[in-house]
Amino acid sequence: MAEQFVGKASEFKDGERQIIRIGEDEIGVFRHAGAFYAYSNFCLHQGGPACEGLTIARVIEPLREDKTSMGLHFHESDMNFVCPWHGYEYDMKTGEHVADRRIKLRKYDVVQKGDEVYVLA
Amino acid sequence: MDLIADRGRRVTVEELNTTKLLAHAAKQVKDRKFDDVLIVDTDAHHYENENFAEILPYMENEVLKQLALSSRAKGGRGNVMPSGFGYQDMGGRVTRYPLRASEKTDDKRQRDAQLGDRWMNAMGVDYSCLFPTGMLNVGLHPQKEMEFELCWAYARWVTEKALPDTNGRMYTMLCLPFSDPEGSLRMVETFGDRKGVGGFMITSVREKMSVSDNAYMKVYRAIEERGLAIAFHSGPNWGSNTFQSCNRFLSAHALGFSWFNILHCTNWVVNGMGERFPKLPVLWIEAGLAWIPFLMQRLDHEYMLRPSECPVLKKKPSDYMRDMFYTSQPMEIQDMEALETTFRMINAETQLLYASDYPHWDFDLPSTIWDLPFLTDKARHNILGGTAHKLFKLPPRNEAQKQNLVKYGNYVGG
Repeated sequence: MAEQFVGKASEFKDGERQIIRIGEDEIGVFRHAGAFYAYSNFCLHQGGPACEGLTIARVIEPLREDKTSMGLHFHESDMNFVCPWHGYEYDMKTGEHVADRRIKLRKYDVVQKGDEVYVLA
Repeated sequence: MDLIADRGRRVTVEELNTTKLLAHAAKQVKDRKFDDVLIVDTDAHHYENENFAEILPYMENEVLKQLALSSRAKGGRGNVMPSGFGYQDMGGRVTRYPLRASEKTDDKRQRDAQLGDRWMNAMGVDYSCLFPTGMLNVGLHPQKEMEFELCWAYARWVTEKALPDTNGRMYTMLCLPFSDPEGSLRMVETFGDRKGVGGFMITSVREKMSVSDNAYMKVYRAIEERGLAIAFHSGPNWGSNTFQSCNRFLSAHALGFSWFNILHCTNWVVNGMGERFPKLPVLWIEAGLAWIPFLMQRLDHEYMLRPSECPVLKKKPSDYMRDMFYTSQPMEIQDMEALETTFRMINAETQLLYASDYPHWDFDLPSTIWDLPFLTDKARHNILGGTAHKLFKLPPRNEAQKQNLVKYGNYVGG
């Protein structure tokens, strides 16, 4: 497992992402709410660039005690990233598909050494 | 370029470059050696509304043309084409929708031809059947005269301007003004022999259409006599009475595509159109595949109890359905055993045609067919292009493709 340089943390703004290529492999690295997350950039649906699309808050539909719906809302903190090919939507913190948690992108560890960010791949 | 996400938050993404967006598809082409396989995409799209400035002047009736052109003038005062409700772009999640205008092309060829080259090359597709997008709703237009004019103008533009710019990589099945049987016949007689016309298409999204009405028999005969095919292209209509109880686009979309083809396929089969026009290839487009086993069983069940209502039939409805062709997209790959059963029930090896539906949001790559674990090599080659090669007389683009067509018994020349 080698350390692959991603970039400098000071230049990696919150809410941004970078794609690093290692041979034919591609890894998407996100910075979200101060933390780094890294996943395979190959969508588990049809192989699209899973990490290169929109990041968007999870949509929720809270129910009241009487089971009536409160309508659709964005979650206050849970963030997803979306494959731009077909809209497969993954949980930023786990890489799991939000509709079926068994579908999970390969996750990579991210380490920060000083101002430098590395992915272990 | 920025896209709007939750609560107005802006997310920076690269501007659209189809070749780059589909780079992973190009890797699949290389890994699977698709260059050696003739791949025909029997359902792909462009956004014809982006070309209305060129299309509408082809309208024949001066009054209707003036109305259409005026409605498109700056500060547009109305829609010339019926449009549906919906969120195809999923709120920008499918980024090629909001970024579409940012993609760069040059002035040397039609923009759609250049974009077509990019995605066909990336996917390993050799030929595509080009269909419009918004025009799939033309059957909802309240004026049959305007429906005819729009179909006529599009047919002229696509055969005289668009297809000639695609270096033979695209063909089409022209949209018929089905509310106007005489106009439909005129379309077949006028455009049926034009280069790049593989047949004619009826938009399935219609609230009232009787495909078995006697008025249409001359239209079907004219298509059959020319050795062309007829297709029914489905779509959703969230605004119809049937689907207004759906409170999510997902529901209206999932049901709508299936429903409109189920409806017209039922009428086609029960009225014995397969007996009347046995040499007319019939394609059912963009409804997925899961509806077909349902309809086969349902119609066979009723037919065995009520054969006196359809005396023209000489075999079960499902047998006629197995004589017809189905495009694969959007293929429901959720239960592999159910999908395998579906393939068996429709004789997929000879009746299924690969389709991408690109650039629409739920497109399928050729790998969706190629990677199915239960297919024989012959079935893979047939579905991806061999069967379409026979139907539309599309020549192989290299020697390896020709040899594969010969190997699997599909080669008909070219």
